[in-house]
Amino acid sequence: MSARDVVITGIGLVSCLGEGPDTHWAALTSENAEPIVDSERFAPYTVHPLPAMDWNLQIAKRGDQRQMETWQRLGTYCAGLALDDAGIKGDEALCASMDMVVAAGGGERDEAVDADILAASTARNDREVLLNEKLTTDLRPTLFLAQLSNLLAGNISIVHKVTGSSRTFMGEEGAGVAAVETAAARIRSGQSNHVLVGGSFQTEHSDMLLGYELGGFLHRGPWKPVWQRAASEGGGVVTGSGGAFLVLESRDHAEKRGRAGYAKIDSIVSDRIKRSKTHLEAGIAKLLEGANLPSGQLLALSGASGAHAATAAEKAALESLSGIAVRGFGSRTGHLKEAQFPFAVALAAMAVQRGSGYPAFDSAVEKAYAGAPEQALATAIGYHVFEGAALLSRAA
Amino acid sequence: MSSYTDHLGRPLVAVTGIGMVTSLGVGKQDNWEALTSGRSGIRKITRFPVDHLNTQISGMVDFLTSSSQGASPLTFELADTAAVEAIGESGLSLDDFGGPLYLASPPVELDWRDRMSLYHDGKGENAAARIAQAARSLPTLDVFETAQFGSIADRLAEKFGTRGLPITLSTACASGATAIQLGVEAIRRGEADRALSIGADGSATAEALIRFSLLSALSTNNGDPEKASKPFSKDRDGFVLAEGSAALVLESLESAVARGATILGILQGCGERADDFHRTRSKPDGSPAIAAVRAALADAGLDEDGISYVNAHGTSTPENDKMEHLSLSTVFGERMRKIPVSSNKSMIGHTLSAAGAIEAAFSLLTIRDGVIPPTINYDHPDPAIDMDVVPNVKRSADVATVLSNSFGFGGQNTCLVMAREPR
Repeated sequence: MSARDVVITGIGLVSCLGEGPDTHWAALTSENAEPIVDSERFAPYTVHPLPAMDWNLQIAKRGDQRQMETWQRLGTYCAGLALDDAGIKGDEALCASMDMVVAAGGGERDEAVDADILAASTARNDREVLLNEKLTTDLRPTLFLAQLSNLLAGNISIVHKVTGSSRTFMGEEGAGVAAVETAAARIRSGQSNHVLVGGSFQTEHSDMLLGYELGGFLHRGPWKPVWQRAASEGGGVVTGSGGAFLVLESRDHAEKRGRAGYAKIDSIVSDRIKRSKTHLEAGIAKLLEGANLPSGQLLALSGASGAHAATAAEKAALESLSGIAVRGFGSRTGHLKEAQFPFAVALAAMAVQRGSGYPAFDSAVEKAYAGAPEQALATAIGYHVFEGAALLSRAA
Repeated sequence: MSSYTDHLGRPLVAVTGIGMVTSLGVGKQDNWEALTSGRSGIRKITRFPVDHLNTQISGMVDFLTSSSQGASPLTFELADTAAVEAIGESGLSLDDFGGPLYLASPPVELDWRDRMSLYHDGKGENAAARIAQAARSLPTLDVFETAQFGSIADRLAEKFGTRGLPITLSTACASGATAIQLGVEAIRRGEADRALSIGADGSATAEALIRFSLLSALSTNNGDPEKASKPFSKDRDGFVLAEGSAALVLESLESAVARGATILGILQGCGERADDFHRTRSKPDGSPAIAAVRAALADAGLDEDGISYVNAHGTSTPENDKMEHLSLSTVFGERMRKIPVSSNKSMIGHTLSAAGAIEAAFSLLTIRDGVIPPTINYDHPDPAIDMDVVPNVKRSADVATVLSNSFGFGGQNTCLVMAREPR
């Protein structure tokens, strides 16, 4: 143990399963639960939708809520949950000295305005002039900020008063990996004492689905668990709306506040495997070697997206390590993009803290796990690029 | 304290390579010559029609191969061009750089031309269904890549052989400075001997222009583009949207000296502080910007007397310039009247995600050559801003240290301190 150990002292979660660690634990440990999906609204795509939200619980001012699109609101909400969970929310001094790294996408455009422009474009040859004409008159002035990547962090500063520093990383799952990795490295080296880190993704918007489908990544047809989509139509990814924020602290800082924490982050590894040149499975195996995995039984919370190539490679790499019991939580929450890695880390931390594993999310594929985890692995292998994993252990 | 560590015992971080592109040209030689001559790169927009637009001028980079191909391809080419120059100067390998990559770049969105073309090719009962149907049938990943936030950094990482997972970041108009800060911090942590920090922005599309117009942030001085950006002037009326890039090769001073590299300057301090007041406006007392400047000075181990010149954020908006003056005069007190301050944006406009990196690069050239670039268009001084803005004409001066400010929407405040190599 060291004073500069990185411990997780707060978790804020939202997914189709509900909100908060306890609700997620209950939902994820109930066996044979039916998936919560909506296959109608965005057909032929299935999504795991947001649960009913009362935004007022974490974003007190209606005026603030109106300045954000759903993705920002969701992230700001999750950040509030994490701060609450860590006992930091409302503590002016702790928030003012807290650093922040947010993994963000963005671009929740006004679908009605865009559809109107597209419809008009069929009758016009001067499409660029049409754009100027329509965008100048139809865009809401505040929309730009409400969909802008770094304004999730900006809103967290405004609503929750976290102002030590504010950095936004972009780049799909890799952004989430780099955000947690950077936050942990800052704490370990003494550059930060406590950091708010996480992300959110709101998939119920045509452009958010399009981001995947431009590369043919989305699963079509009847819903299936994340490991069983290879033979189905489409690319295998089923997305979800949700978010995950973590409060990371140095052990010293947490103990002085009387906080034990969920878990300690032992190691985080990340890479940019050259998938066109390297065998992805071998690359993932090499990446995991760097995480100093323990021998024997190990619970692994996998962020596998369902994307055919990446998911098959991850499955093979994990299965080649004897004793690993994999839990692909994407089967329950859908793929949360930038939030996927923070979400995986949160679920791993909860298992370690409770000393209990999750039942198989897909009993046809995932092995039973009956142990009391001392450690747990979290992974996020990008559907297209970038890879990361974290090994967590008991906080004390 | 060895000669390779700073006042806190951390590795000193040297700059060994600089590259840049702005509306003034490609490469630091042309840029520096133009900037110190007080030349403006602001022009009437020719890239797309300007019908219906309130602002019809910009500092676009219109002379690259991908200048008319959309924001993603242009941002990549800007970053690539600057990186080739910077790594080339450093003498390190152009395809096996061997350190991490930090890229400040604008958030990506599907280009309107692609959106329209998918809509016209697709079948379905509404716009979203039509576009998705056509998207599924795309023969290559080219369009997909333009709309992935991590793609540009991924391609740069592949080309230059940077190490590990590349980080793409946005702190709005402070992004370029944050990219440098992340590199400095990684070297200080001992994770890397070198890092490649790039700020690049080729996103001056019609929609970007309209978005900033709707926030009343842009100058509408369409009749006289070169005169439109006038930081610290009484009649300033907004910033001028612009494009550009800069790349810095950062190295621990020890490893740079060990391989005999030329040291262009030291990245001595970084400071930041978020503002919780408003999405676009600063806290009226300026306390976050003040705290960011003070944090940068403290990080650099300097007091208020330690800064020879301030490379201002100086956007030419009524709000920014007023608040920047308030912050600087609060930190530096009476001495602020004597410290030269200039805004590169008076000539190159506001290059958004790239600005912090470009201005850091110019700051290092200022130290190297002992020449302070001017603030041009300073014809009607704002009497409320009592500063030496190096009006209209460059000035020779011995500049040992520079403070470079970057402030952005979303409460972002990041300041860098650069210095001469210690002797």
